[in-house]
Amino acid sequence: MRTLWYLWKREVSSAFQTPMAWVILFFLLLVTGFNFYAGISMLNNGPSEVTVVESFFNTVFFWFPFLLLFPILTMRLYSEEYRTGTVETLMTAPVRDAHVVLAKFLGVLFLYCFLWAPTVVYFVIFQLMMRVEAAGAAGAYAGSYLLLLLIGMFFLALGGLFSSMTRHQMTAAVMTFAIVSLFFMTGLLSFLSGHSGPFMQTLAVTLSPIEQMAQFSRGIIDTRPVVWYLAGTFLCLFLTLHSFQSRRWKR
Amino acid sequence: MISVQGLTKRYGQTEAVKNLSFNVEKGEVVGFLGVNGAGKSTTMRILSGYLPADEGEVRVAGFDVFGESVKARSRIGYMPENVPLYPEMRVSEYLSYRAALKGVRARRTAEKVEDALQLCGLMDVRRKLIGSLSKGYRQRVGLADALINEPDILILDEPTIGLDPGQIREVRSLLRSLASRNTILLSSHILSEVEATCSRLLILDKGHIVASGTPAELRERSGLPIAGSIRVEVKAAGPDALAAAGVAAGEGSVRIISSAGDWTTLEIIPAGDDPREAIFREVVGRGWTLRELASRSSTLEEVFASFVKQAPATAGSTPEAGA
Repeated sequence: MRTLWYLWKREVSSAFQTPMAWVILFFLLLVTGFNFYAGISMLNNGPSEVTVVESFFNTVFFWFPFLLLFPILTMRLYSEEYRTGTVETLMTAPVRDAHVVLAKFLGVLFLYCFLWAPTVVYFVIFQLMMRVEAAGAAGAYAGSYLLLLLIGMFFLALGGLFSSMTRHQMTAAVMTFAIVSLFFMTGLLSFLSGHSGPFMQTLAVTLSPIEQMAQFSRGIIDTRPVVWYLAGTFLCLFLTLHSFQSRRWKR
Repeated sequence: MISVQGLTKRYGQTEAVKNLSFNVEKGEVVGFLGVNGAGKSTTMRILSGYLPADEGEVRVAGFDVFGESVKARSRIGYMPENVPLYPEMRVSEYLSYRAALKGVRARRTAEKVEDALQLCGLMDVRRKLIGSLSKGYRQRVGLADALINEPDILILDEPTIGLDPGQIREVRSLLRSLASRNTILLSSHILSEVEATCSRLLILDKGHIVASGTPAELRERSGLPIAGSIRVEVKAAGPDALAAAGVAAGEGSVRIISSAGDWTTLEIIPAGDDPREAIFREVVGRGWTLRELASRSSTLEEVFASFVKQAPATAGSTPEAGA
């Protein structure tokens, strides 16, 4: 446990010691701030069925930076250590592979949460200034941020897996972006396979982050995506462990 | 402390290390010597638990480096070639982190870091970012990292590569001071390096150990003249000088290297005892002037070259893969 804690601490502090975390934070807040402003402006245009929370989490200004975040956050995780050779110093210290994999995942997950946390302030400011509820109920906050966390876990684990496969950060980033985009676009399957029956329709809708967010941001928490993302995260971490260990057998 | 039996490591078709066996006893300072690609780094990476062996058994401090890897690794201080470090960390911060990873207790960390900084001459750069350090300082950070938890065994891959002569001297004296309490295995392709620090040498060529022993033993076994050659420069004509030296050298061989003006330079390869006294008496007896009388033992370079050249013959039956 002690080793895990020190490994985690280094992962997190390395992100904050370099400008990386701050630069990402700045631009993420810039884009999400604009998104928040645009959402309220839209609601000002006339009566609407959606809440401020819903209008925030269901726009292209939310999804676009969201998707870009994963390759950027995960590409260096392992690739950097392979390229600079620090994996040799790291793995000749008495640490277990599983600890390294877990520490890297928890480290980047912490960074991810740190990046999204300030967006809560938007809703707090809105409520304080307007004296109007930003969401229909407290469950809408819980649902939105829970889904943000769940999708984040899965996609970060996926990005980590690709990073553990290569010493080139760009290769890892491209693979991560491609696969994350594919998962994101599963909702489109319902259009493509309109004639393939209700099962495919249900599957596509259940797996689509867009559809999930439409539900969760209203406070409706479906357990199917919860199980899906948790299982996906564990599978990716398991595969990462094996991919990380395989460096020993490479020729 | 280190026991290697029948170690073999292949990279694809290439055998980097072939059936290697050796032991390092507690308190020894052993130098791994070989040209680039001889298998030094591969062997050290296996010893440090970074790479698995294909065949053979490797035990460090009594632990199998593969089966009980974490235990073995906690007893080793390893400094990889080129010393990879995290550039964004500060020196003392990095050493604290490494100390924690290596199981140094939290309340003793500050003290250990302080010791390592002192020992490696890093006090004046302790607050600096590793990325801004010069090669020499980075090398020392790597060494401090290897020492941080006071391991029983130090494995140092090319500890002085890329350092300037002053820094090399510092690292050497540091290694000598550590020799009293550690078992050290270091690699190098610089011979004067290992001769200055090591009590025993292992000469590696194409994945084999071609020779092992103290520098003196190796010199003896190499077949090169033990006392080496003797150089004499006297103020006398060539033939006279040759005759006189012949008397003094007895059974040994004598030849003229050069003669310029009145001066003649001779090389004597002695057969038995050191003939320098005899030469001196002979020269004085004839009333000549002596400008140089020097004995030169064969250098380790020559010894090394003689072993590496012999290697294909001793390794005869094994097909060469060329690491």
